[in-house]
Amino acid sequence: MSTAIAVVLFLAVTAYAVFGGADFGAGFWDLVAGGAERGERPRDVIDHSIGPVWEANHVWLIFIFVVLWTGFPEAYASITLTLYVPLSLAAFGIVLRGSSFAFRKTVFKVRDRRNFGAAFAISSVIVPYCLATVAGAIASGRVPAGGQAGDPWTSWINPLSILAGVLAVTVVAYLAAVYLVWDSRRLHDPAMVSYFRRRAIGAAVAAGVVAFIGIFVLRAQARYVFDGMTARALPLVILSALCGTASLVLLVRDARRGPRLLAIGAVASIVIGWGVAQWDYMLPTSLTVADAAAPTGTLQTLLAATILFVLVVVPGFVLLYTLDQKSLLPGEGVD
Amino acid sequence: MSGVPLVGIVPVLAVDPVPWARAQMAFTLAFHIILVPLGVSWAFMALIANYRGLKRNDADALRLAQRWSKYMAVTFAVGAVTGTVLTFEFGLLWPRFMGQWGEAFGVPFAFEGIFFFTEAIFISIYLFGWRRLKPWTHFWTGVPVVLAGILGATSVVAANAWMNAPSGFTLNSAAEVVDVDPIKVIFNDAMPLMAAHMVVAAYVVGGFLVASVYAFAMLRGRRDHYHRLGFIIAFSVGAVAIPIQMGVGDSLARWVYNNQPVKFAAIELVPQTSSDVPETLLGHLNSNGTVSGGIPIPGLASWLSDPATGKNTVVQGLDTVPADEQPTTGEVNIVHLCWDIMVGLGTLMFLLALWYWLCWIFRRNMPKSKVFLGLASAAGITAVLALEAGWVVSEVGRQPWIVYNLMKVEDAATANTGVWVTFILVTLLYIGLGTTTILILRKMASRFRQQGVDDEDVPYGPRGPAPSDVGEAEEPVTV
Repeated sequence: MSTAIAVVLFLAVTAYAVFGGADFGAGFWDLVAGGAERGERPRDVIDHSIGPVWEANHVWLIFIFVVLWTGFPEAYASITLTLYVPLSLAAFGIVLRGSSFAFRKTVFKVRDRRNFGAAFAISSVIVPYCLATVAGAIASGRVPAGGQAGDPWTSWINPLSILAGVLAVTVVAYLAAVYLVWDSRRLHDPAMVSYFRRRAIGAAVAAGVVAFIGIFVLRAQARYVFDGMTARALPLVILSALCGTASLVLLVRDARRGPRLLAIGAVASIVIGWGVAQWDYMLPTSLTVADAAAPTGTLQTLLAATILFVLVVVPGFVLLYTLDQKSLLPGEGVD
Repeated sequence: MSGVPLVGIVPVLAVDPVPWARAQMAFTLAFHIILVPLGVSWAFMALIANYRGLKRNDADALRLAQRWSKYMAVTFAVGAVTGTVLTFEFGLLWPRFMGQWGEAFGVPFAFEGIFFFTEAIFISIYLFGWRRLKPWTHFWTGVPVVLAGILGATSVVAANAWMNAPSGFTLNSAAEVVDVDPIKVIFNDAMPLMAAHMVVAAYVVGGFLVASVYAFAMLRGRRDHYHRLGFIIAFSVGAVAIPIQMGVGDSLARWVYNNQPVKFAAIELVPQTSSDVPETLLGHLNSNGTVSGGIPIPGLASWLSDPATGKNTVVQGLDTVPADEQPTTGEVNIVHLCWDIMVGLGTLMFLLALWYWLCWIFRRNMPKSKVFLGLASAAGITAVLALEAGWVVSEVGRQPWIVYNLMKVEDAATANTGVWVTFILVTLLYIGLGTTTILILRKMASRFRQQGVDDEDVPYGPRGPAPSDVGEAEEPVTV
């Protein structure tokens, strides 16, 4: 039973990386889009692309927390006890990001738009970075179990956490650029298609390079996870590399349909690979999934909630994305 | 004082985290709780306007619904992010509470997550769907928002109610939770009344808050159909909810009397157990256990606690539990004052609602006098104050417990001695956030006013090419 809930947890993390990650990545491209005039068109595409979906995508994070603290309370307590600094920073970033994105749409003065836009864009980079340093801290065994706090600083300022942070930022930028190519096409804007296609290629290469360096850092810093990655999770790692490479090739050849799915495949398989690699630890190597798990009654409830989720929320998401893709959700209100 | 290096640059003073953690939790919740009513009840009001607009072909009603949904986009976003902060804070401020009780306390949140997903998905569809969805299809996409809002708020309150009436778990000899009965966790003793009290409060606050804006506009002479409609829809929602709220509140107070006698003693300012307890308006408890000041109404607290036994009803005093299991004198005074504020303001709002309904019954119209509109303009703030006060009664009245009779707040807190830093940062961030939100909403309102009535912004209006949108004009879509 605890295995099933751990799988649910990791699938939620994957969904957040794939859907929420792309929203953060869009913020990254907003940040580097240049001055108010030069960046106007890319920012328009970004607004259109994430406007209707970012709030729903954001809920994945809340869902992850809920499953974690309900299903594995000791793990949640240990993570928050040690990693309060990056988590607090992420929380600040989330407040700034969501509110400034909502605010930016309501103001028309260039100065106001620029300020809110900057707050949105900078926090879009800080949040995935901080959350990924948390993942790096967990993977490298810097979060002790049993009600003790690990080091509040070196737990997340260390080679593996920094690498994870940088990797997260490049990966979400890559994902977002690939989605934005698609959305630019949907909006019939060939100039933006090639604008984001160039950036998608750049980000894909960057993510590949960072991931490659990551292999060595992982080997030095997180031996248990590294061993898992090179053994039972190896097929997933290879799948991720193949998807990434294939999507890069298709991007270069300006293919229409392939890149998006392959990019999702590349990111999803590496996130799931992480979970498989650190199995059966929740916190390698001090707390196993089974030891961290809540009593059966709680786990059954989480499973029931997951089934309800599949019945209620998944169709909702399908509806939202379908309407969005058909351009039936063009903007708030009518004016 | 020992210092912890903050990235080696700024030394952080080590300060006892408990008061700061309490302050931060209180402040962030106090902020978030203002947005909750808007999230829960504004969509309902927008749907009323939307329905009227479609049924009676009323362009003003449609314009109202459409503009309300634009405001909601802002308040919902702020509510979503401040709600997210709370999910971080459970762990960042109360890791020991979460570590020990997460498996029980967390259960209602599993469902809250689902409702929040549903709400976020459908609010996006509703907000962004005005232009291209068929009118009635669009209307129906708003309905899940209303339902999910009610159920989501109910789930969160269920968790809070569990802290007041913990049940549905078995402890082993080491006080660890070894077995959980989720149904008993969710439907704990306190849950039905507390959830009802919060959901109805959401409609009271949402209704009066939105209505106050239109009352103010009418006072300033904007008495056209549009403003009148905005007022009537919102105020009616509040005015229906407030009498219900008084009934629910009365039952909840009696539940507290029966189940949380110490909280009740703080509410009623009762230091020693006795019968014929007066209802003391204002007044305060001294540190030596006497009550001074205030206006006592003889026997009323006893009578209200159980009308069957009248003023002979015995009310348990604070002194029935050891001093370290009572709220402090300061906390008792806060609880009692907030209780007076909540009940007092609630009664005033009830009288205002009565005025409104009597006018409808006898004059077939809403009251239009300046006095009424002036009071109605104030009712928004009043409702928010009553909400905050009620929440303080519930939370401070539970002290010193975080899980009633099982875990104290001081045993639940983080050991991180730098919480005072995050408290200051969060306070500054939220002050900025609150100010900006209000400024933005006002700015939107004044822009809408300048726009005036022009056909362009009538929802479901001209169905041709959508104005000013990148590339969309090229692909007309028929639904």
